Amino acid sequence: MSIKKREHTDWLLKKIFKATGLITIALLAGIFLMLLYNSIAFFADVKPLDFFTGSQWDPESNKSKYGIAPLLVSTGLVTLGAMLIAIPLGIFTAAYLSEFAHPKVKTILKPLIEMLAAIPSVAIGFLGIVLVGPGIAKIFGIANGLNAFNGSVLLAVMALPTIITISEDAINAVPLSHREASLALGANKWQTIFKVTLPAALPGLIAAVMLGLGRALGETMTVLMATGNAAVMPKGFLDAVRTITATIAIEMGEVPYRTTHYFALFAIAVILFIITLIINLLGEYFANRLRKFHA
Amino acid sequence: MIKKIKYFFNWILLLGSTLLVCLILGVILWDIFSKGRSAVSWDFISQFPTNGMTKGGILPAIVGTLLLTFITTIFAVPFGVACAIYLNEYARPSVLTNIIRASIRNLAGIPSIIYGLFGLALFVQALHLGTSVLSAGLTLGLLSLPYIITTTEEALKRIPNSMREATLALGATQFETIKDVVVPKALPGILTGVILTMSRAAGETAPILFTGVAFYINGISASPNQEFMALPYHLYMLSTQHQAIEQVRPLAYGTASVLILLVFILNIIAFYIRFKHRTQE
Repeated sequence: MSIKKREHTDWLLKKIFKATGLITIALLAGIFLMLLYNSIAFFADVKPLDFFTGSQWDPESNKSKYGIAPLLVSTGLVTLGAMLIAIPLGIFTAAYLSEFAHPKVKTILKPLIEMLAAIPSVAIGFLGIVLVGPGIAKIFGIANGLNAFNGSVLLAVMALPTIITISEDAINAVPLSHREASLALGANKWQTIFKVTLPAALPGLIAAVMLGLGRALGETMTVLMATGNAAVMPKGFLDAVRTITATIAIEMGEVPYRTTHYFALFAIAVILFIITLIINLLGEYFANRLRKFHA
Repeated sequence: MIKKIKYFFNWILLLGSTLLVCLILGVILWDIFSKGRSAVSWDFISQFPTNGMTKGGILPAIVGTLLLTFITTIFAVPFGVACAIYLNEYARPSVLTNIIRASIRNLAGIPSIIYGLFGLALFVQALHLGTSVLSAGLTLGLLSLPYIITTTEEALKRIPNSMREATLALGATQFETIKDVVVPKALPGILTGVILTMSRAAGETAPILFTGVAFYINGISASPNQEFMALPYHLYMLSTQHQAIEQVRPLAYGTASVLILLVFILNIIAFYIRFKHRTQE
């Protein structure tokens, strides 16, 4: 092949590779615009004020009501519960792995955490129905264990691998000199961990929590199967709830094409999209701060 | 003395958390495999469902999941690898690459059900592919893209610059350097990412709900424009929507066992490739 031809191939392929990079931007924009475009049709039929403040989600009845509040509260409740369980558990495990675990123990534990991450969400949801839900019903003496608490426990399990892995990276990234300085000043191992290492890793820990939170918020199958699916305002963790994701999953399959109800599902998807985007950006902000701090 | 008790308590807290995480994994696997074992047999994985899903096997769901994963992979891998090559080999740090990287990270954070909506709007409706295994595979392909890009870029980053410089100094063009030196050297790392992507795609349910999955199909076909059965969806239907829900519970356990086994096999292969490659380095 002549040099000219080789250089031409090189030039052409460079453009093709670059195009794939540009398509990823187009994909993100395309997803957002598609959601937005379809929800505009919804807001032509339903006043935005009714959508955001309405306390009932009941699209099937004659006077169909499209209040997002019960879905938002459901989503928030399940996710909050999941984080209350997963954050301490995840960060303590990460601290153990990076500060105490013997390298040999680590080579066993890390693949186990990867295995936990690999279990499909539908299998976790299944266990919510057959194992965790009945357990909760027994412990609290209620008839049905398919409620927000069940969803929280399961989502915590799903968020754990993310939180552990990223927290461990953050703790490992704290320079050894910090620890040595603390120990040289007479602090013991525990004082060093709780007063030096973990605070220094804090931005990374927040980033880990944000990613875990994003994962829990966006999870569909687990909450769809295990939280009872009642689209009413929940009063507590033992009430059945229905998250935004579960609502889309249930109703999109049954709703007629291009009706108000159909567009309503895109409108709640936009809200979900924006919430997860904000959480991801926050996570990224804290991850960058950690990088700058150690640079 | 009090301090010692306090430290002991701290120690228990950290170790206890770690043990609890292991216990959770143990309970999940023990419950599913101990109850699924009696349902899983050669007939279970080689036969069609019969008697309104209360008897028989899950062959079409296994075939559907394999076909779906295959379509996802052949779509997402070339695309994702090309994008990673652009980011790591060609692009210099600039505003544009920052935007591309930010897009990729945010794409990775979008809930899978939203990919399902996008697949419905783009592939099923706008491109008229209908509800089919092709639409579902392409939807899962989009979902997998950020993951493939990230893992490929990490594999490319590990190749030392001296190798690229040596090849370029010998007169190779940049593309020849990538094609003949960088990618072959990074192949085990790329392959690990590809297999892990397949394992994730095999277990996903939400993105295929509206794009082509069906509870029952009559016969197996490799044609990409037909609806299909899939293991995760089958498990979902058996455990929530079936009219004889208690009666099909053993079948649900069996399906869960097969699904988890499939995912674990893929993970173990990926783990093995990575392990072997690292020890070679």
